[in-house]
Amino acid sequence: MAEKVSRNPYVREEGLRWILRHPRYQRYMAREFTCLFIGAWTLLMVWGLKQLSEGPLAWAAFLEWLRSPASITFHAIALVFAAYHSYTWFNLTPKALPLQIGDEFVPEAVISGAHFAAWALLSLAVLYFAGAF
Amino acid sequence: MGERTVELEVLRYNPETDKEPRFQRYSVVCREEWVVLDALNHIKETIDPTLSYRWSCHMAVCGSCGMMVNGEPKLACKAFLRNYEEVIRVEPLAHFPIERDLVTVVDDFMAKLKRVKPYLIPKEERPVSEGEYRQSPAELKRFKQYSMCINCMLCYAACPEYGLIPKFIGPAAISLAHRYNQDSRDGGRTERQHEIAATEGVWECSFTGACSEVCPEHVDPAAALQQVKIRSTVDWYAHHLMPWLKK
Repeated sequence: MAEKVSRNPYVREEGLRWILRHPRYQRYMAREFTCLFIGAWTLLMVWGLKQLSEGPLAWAAFLEWLRSPASITFHAIALVFAAYHSYTWFNLTPKALPLQIGDEFVPEAVISGAHFAAWALLSLAVLYFAGAF
Repeated sequence: MGERTVELEVLRYNPETDKEPRFQRYSVVCREEWVVLDALNHIKETIDPTLSYRWSCHMAVCGSCGMMVNGEPKLACKAFLRNYEEVIRVEPLAHFPIERDLVTVVDDFMAKLKRVKPYLIPKEERPVSEGEYRQSPAELKRFKQYSMCINCMLCYAACPEYGLIPKFIGPAAISLAHRYNQDSRDGGRTERQHEIAATEGVWECSFTGACSEVCPEHVDPAAALQQVKIRSTVDWYAHHLMPWLKK
């Protein structure tokens, strides 16, 4: 007769300790955290559109606010975080978009490099049309 | 050949007597070339025969001896003691229930693996007389790295999403599904999509990338999951915006 097997598995709950387990998890959280500033900036743009729709006075007030020290500080921080966020994602593009030509895969540096180049060109185009040059 | 005494703190859990796991410390005289598994075998043979853990091949092929070594998922047969200083903390793989000591309950992974149909589903059945299904080196290369998976589950222990959302099908199972989806001989992608393109499939993945960092066979599950996301997104747009393309 088979012996009775006694099972009583112990389940460990996962809290937030994993973040401290290895630096990779802190880098991941940094990447995720920085997107909040991109989101906040996007909301700011939506608010700007709303002001624009409400007439010249509201639009002028919005532009005035953009020149305030608080706005400039926010934009400086958001720019740094957006650059970091974009940098981390462009570095990951070879994983999501591998390109096989013939027998071989295109080197990862070429794929992420193409994204960085497109980023730089588009940024220059935006600055050009904004009248920075 | 150098010898040194190594202190190991091993998580112990006896389901018949313990309410919760506890650490037990062992001093082991180790040789220079020993791995954590050698130390555990030495403990079991000479100090404490009650210690339970899984192992089989001792050469990173069978995938049985996955455990947390100083908080990092490792194969015990590949974790050289000389790479660690001071006390080495050995625990069962994170995110899995503990059956006993270092042995985990792996039923969840086994069930998920079955769900994704990780085997060839030929496009059309052919009689043996028609010969083999031929494949070019380029076609082989499309999926080969994913076929190196040994089901050791280190990626599940590294994945914070799986720890927080146990329904997530997870890195290895989805990578294996992707391995067959990428195979030129396979025609089973539609069947697998029901599992891997669902919320509990790739969409629980937030691309931490830890799975790929800890894989002992250098498989890149994070890449597989992102590729499945992109193809599933293309499917969705094709289905909703260009329904006339449907077969």
